[in-house]
Amino acid sequence: MRFTRTSKALGIVAVAALALTGCGAGGGGSTDGSSNAAGDPNKVITAYSNEPQNPLLPANTGEVYGGRVVNLLFEGLRTYDANGKAVNSLAESIESPDAQNWTIKVKQGQKFTNGEAITAKTFVDSWNFAANSKNLQQNGFFFESIEGYPEVSAVTSSTGADGKKTTTPAPTAETMSGLKATDDSTITVKLAQPEADWSLRLGYSAFYPMPSAALADPKAYGENPVGNGPYKFPKQGSWVHDQSISLVKNADYKGNREAKNGGVTFKFYTDPGPAYTDLQSDNLDITDVLPSNALKTYVSDFPDRNATKPVATDSTLNIPGYNPNFQGEAGKLRRQALSYAINREEIAKVVFNGTRTPAKAFAPPVIDGFKEGLKGSEVLKFDAAKAKDLWTQADKIQPYDNSKPLQIASNTDGGNKEWIDAVANGFKNNLGIQAEIQPFAKFAEVLNLRKSGELPGLTRSGWQGDYPSLYNFLGPVWATGAPSNYEKYSNPEFDKLLKEGLASKTTDEANAKFNQAQEILFQDLPGLPLWDQARPIVWSNNVTKAETGWNGEILYYGITAK
Amino acid sequence: MIRFILRRLLQVIPVFIGTTLLVYYMVFALPGDPIAALFGDRQPPQAVIDTLRTQYNLDQPFWVQYGLFLKNLFTFNLGNDFTGQPIAASLARVFPVTAMLAIEALAIQAIFGVAFGVFAGLRRGGWFDSTVLVASLVVIAVPTFVLGFVFQLVFGVQLGWAKPTVGANANWATLLLPAVVLGLVSFAYVLRLTRASVSENMNADYVRTATAKGLSRPRVVLAHILRNSLIPVVTYLGANLGGLMGGAIVTEGIFNVPGVGNKLYQAVLRSEGPTIVSIVSVLVLVFVVANLLVDLLYAWLDPRIRYDQ
Repeated sequence: MRFTRTSKALGIVAVAALALTGCGAGGGGSTDGSSNAAGDPNKVITAYSNEPQNPLLPANTGEVYGGRVVNLLFEGLRTYDANGKAVNSLAESIESPDAQNWTIKVKQGQKFTNGEAITAKTFVDSWNFAANSKNLQQNGFFFESIEGYPEVSAVTSSTGADGKKTTTPAPTAETMSGLKATDDSTITVKLAQPEADWSLRLGYSAFYPMPSAALADPKAYGENPVGNGPYKFPKQGSWVHDQSISLVKNADYKGNREAKNGGVTFKFYTDPGPAYTDLQSDNLDITDVLPSNALKTYVSDFPDRNATKPVATDSTLNIPGYNPNFQGEAGKLRRQALSYAINREEIAKVVFNGTRTPAKAFAPPVIDGFKEGLKGSEVLKFDAAKAKDLWTQADKIQPYDNSKPLQIASNTDGGNKEWIDAVANGFKNNLGIQAEIQPFAKFAEVLNLRKSGELPGLTRSGWQGDYPSLYNFLGPVWATGAPSNYEKYSNPEFDKLLKEGLASKTTDEANAKFNQAQEILFQDLPGLPLWDQARPIVWSNNVTKAETGWNGEILYYGITAK
Repeated sequence: MIRFILRRLLQVIPVFIGTTLLVYYMVFALPGDPIAALFGDRQPPQAVIDTLRTQYNLDQPFWVQYGLFLKNLFTFNLGNDFTGQPIAASLARVFPVTAMLAIEALAIQAIFGVAFGVFAGLRRGGWFDSTVLVASLVVIAVPTFVLGFVFQLVFGVQLGWAKPTVGANANWATLLLPAVVLGLVSFAYVLRLTRASVSENMNADYVRTATAKGLSRPRVVLAHILRNSLIPVVTYLGANLGGLMGGAIVTEGIFNVPGVGNKLYQAVLRSEGPTIVSIVSVLVLVFVVANLLVDLLYAWLDPRIRYDQ
């Protein structure tokens, strides 16, 4: 999932190993135990948000503000608990003998809030709709591993007389051949290749079921969505554009995420500042977006009313392979030297007010299967002498072209300048080279350079997990030809290990392969892992308890009110 | 008079085309593909991006894009913004809110500015005059956003007299605090203009004549001094209405008012040409109409000014 500018601007906080109020909220069955402290179960919570960018169709919602609403309106086959563990929800069972042929049993008796029953066919229809290129669903590619996806998602490209290339949807099939509903409660899925972590994805919004009305008129439905989740729209038009979205508890919901409050009203803010002021005067109940100047003060401003928990979001400094200074044997030494020259510990402490944790691998620690101390991960330690030494060694093989300063490309509208300055200073002081930020007003400008492979130096990059799996932090970012592998890193050995991991029979086996794959990344260093983020939230006097999930999203359904 | 109004309205056309062309060009010249930027690090299938680009004419050269925009405008079809929402509907949502805010601010600065200015002007050099002069200097010197934050903190958070932000329920009452902040700087100017004008007119011949005729003091002040003193003030207020509509960005940001300023800010962030230009077009119209009203008011304030020659 993408970062928004604001979420980047947060300067997200990581208080390491912060033991929060436990993991009761997501696991189900904790409802009774906490009911004595639950307070008023009918109170409506007001929460910070902003205008969603698209109509509220689950498969077309890729940004955070639409995503948080969709996640409350819908329930999928699985849900993720507060620790990121995938647990079955609408699925009775999900099984596969070979990680390629999957059988999913759907619980019977589940309904959308308009009364329509949810069967195996509901899922098959919704997924085929989402994957079909004609429907232009942003998250359609989540179905790419299912057999028959290339046919439903096909496009044709033509070059016009003016040399402009246009791509138009041209599916050659309406349904994926590998996806079938064999009876009311059984879905069979055949993947194009074995993928051990496929079932972990089923809690992601792209896989939510949609009622038939949604498929008939997506646009109208997206304005007034009908779902099956813990909350629902109280009436048509509950989405007041540019102002708010109101949700009320869905009393018929039976799942892991039963609402402990009467509803959630998302109030839209274009800036986190006024929201912070509103929270101070109990005019707003909860926010996960703090103004950057509040990062130093939020704990004292909201004593006992704040929480900070590590989330599955990381930052890296990418080194494009096409930069001649970083190619070959000399390049390899230089990449290591750069990594040794960054004082992650100090920057996390000074620039981020001790609110990020230095990276330990290419995936954040909150992900299941994460392993510390992978071979090669010692490059993440700060060691000025070693950095200088490696740099000198590299210069003996091939002299460094010092005619221009080493630039680090970044948009500056998201509060990145400070830490990049700190990193650049580290390069200057420890390697004796010139380094500076290459500033851009907007994120899109940097993206253009990265896409066209024209970066003069390094670039900042970040990844937020779509679903809690190691693979999700490696495949889409570093695999050959992957959609977000903008710097076009490619290593056949790495690709092979990823593939082997996906083909594993068990998650443990798969994770072992993925960790081996990370060791290759540590050898090649196509990017330097920097730090992992945590998400601070604060709440008003009306709220008694709140927490965030594995991906930093507030667990709105678990908020209890006075 | 009718001919004068028509002539003024005809002037709108070149002003309108000129401004929209400039603004459209500036948005067009912004680097980066706005559609690609919508999706961040994770890119959707190319077909999605391409279809959106075609839908918003972003694959066309500048002149074609601008031409299509004008054509749409004259057929009263503003099209959709990048999120698929009709632009006309969002203008209809945000303009009334900002209009309320601007009118409230204008009323505050007109009523209090003129009243204080008259008092200060009539007793030039007195304690009231001196206090008001110093106070207005302070108000002018402090930037709007500082005033905004201070008012929000003091009246919104600490005293609790008003909600610190407006949010979804924008009405005359909730908009009062931002309107005061927005109107305050211009209030100081109105006050100073009125004061200077009043104290100058006090010594005018017609005032001496009116007093000599035995007219009562209130009648002299209201009908003779004030009426003549208002001419420069009205000019300022007229030009200011447009400024208030457009200049509310900072105030709307601080108080989270769902109005033009906030919408414009978001549209600029997303490089949404059509939305930005649509908003600016309406602002241009507001400016032109406000100035027309000012000219018409002149005729009423000073019958010597003849337009119909």
